[in-house]
Amino acid sequence: MTGAKRGDILQNSMTYGLFTGAFVMHYGAEKIGILVIPAGPGNTERQINLMRDFGTTMLHITPSYALYVASVIYDKGIDPRRDLKLKRAYLGAEPYSEETRKKIEDMLGIDIYNCYGLTEMNGPGVGFECKYKEGLHIWEDNFLMEVINPETGEPIPDGEIGELVLTTLNREAMPLIRYRTRDLTKIISEPCKCGRTHRRISRILGRSDDMFIVKGVNIFPQQIEQVLMSIKGVAQNYQIVLESYDEMTVKVEIDRELFDGKIERLIRMKDEIVDKIRSATMVKPKVELLEPGTLPISEGKAKRVIDNRTI
Amino acid sequence: MNKVYMISVFAENKPGRLERVTKVLAEANINILAFSITSTNGFGVIKFMVNKWKEAYDLLREKGFTVSLNEAIGIEMKDQPGGLYEVVKILSSKGINIESASVYVAETRKRAYLIVEVEDTSKAKELLKDENLKFLNPEEIQ
Ligand SMILES: [Zn+2]
Repeated sequence: MTGAKRGDILQNSMTYGLFTGAFVMHYGAEKIGILVIPAGPGNTERQINLMRDFGTTMLHITPSYALYVASVIYDKGIDPRRDLKLKRAYLGAEPYSEETRKKIEDMLGIDIYNCYGLTEMNGPGVGFECKYKEGLHIWEDNFLMEVINPETGEPIPDGEIGELVLTTLNREAMPLIRYRTRDLTKIISEPCKCGRTHRRISRILGRSDDMFIVKGVNIFPQQIEQVLMSIKGVAQNYQIVLESYDEMTVKVEIDRELFDGKIERLIRMKDEIVDKIRSATMVKPKVELLEPGTLPISEGKAKRVIDNRTI
Repeated sequence: MNKVYMISVFAENKPGRLERVTKVLAEANINILAFSITSTNGFGVIKFMVNKWKEAYDLLREKGFTVSLNEAIGIEMKDQPGGLYEVVKILSSKGINIESASVYVAETRKRAYLIVEVEDTSKAKELLKDENLKFLNPEEIQ
């Protein structure tokens, strides 16, 4: 689907253990003759050494950790296009924006494909992007999919955003009927350029339970992430802190490499972040610019929203 | 005209930030000749002119600070009333906008310099070359 074949080398940086994400990709890759390095997440130095020593061609990794690894690669003065053999990466396990995909693709000089799955449905591979990267094909011969309004439980038409609900069609021991994934997406029913007839879903826009409410407005962290990734001078790490019901604070690290010593530029950048978040969410945020390395580094699923509110 | 440099460090407005930066410089025996702090709501930029600018820049970067090296111009001010005014007047008559400024007093020679960062240093130097100004030579501060 994405060009992976015998002879490729997959570095699997997902968590092995009770999480199915690593295993499904591991066994799937082995089945078509791909060498798998079971790296697991973390120990970034070693990750990079493995990439170099084994000539890793593919990564399976979370988006937040991919960004971090890419920035460490740069800090170490490694040119991924020259010094590494990476061709593509499969990203999953947490939602991320199109801007984040482009950013990692540019940094590492690779193609990134979205992968969707959940442990209850055997793990990754429920849906996968083809080479056109325009949504994830769901294996409809294996899953019956619906999208519903998370508040009413009613199905909604294709093309509208709602919660994905799946029913297994071939599972024998533990079939699941109309299982609510809590993942927000929409069905793309138009035929895909690749010719596959399985319908697609859009990238996961968030969790129906990640959504938070400020000033009565429903906001998803991905809306904020999309804005931040579109602004030059901002580094990849961010955090949304909620202290009250009518204010949100967005903490962002500035990009060390783009700092030019001019405070005017930082002030303009901060204003731009405020304006763009306000137009994306209808809520004017407080924005704090932080020194790089101030926010916790994510190795695995990133915690983006810190909700300190009490009722 | 030789180049002098300002080192700029990004800092959040939190206690101890200036202390952390100056400690690094002190421990490396780097002498701060001039400095300024510009701050706004939440963050600021600390600027230094030091004797060993390249060393200071590398060291701060290595210690994880967010730092940049900016070219600057040092212009001698007369030690008399209106000394600063004279210099600033010339800059503004040439349409040169000062982005940051600090003062360096050369202790041994009893001279004071206005250290300015401008948008385009080479252009500014070109505009100023025929003026009756004395510029700070980097060799004087090393
Ligand atoms: Zn397709």
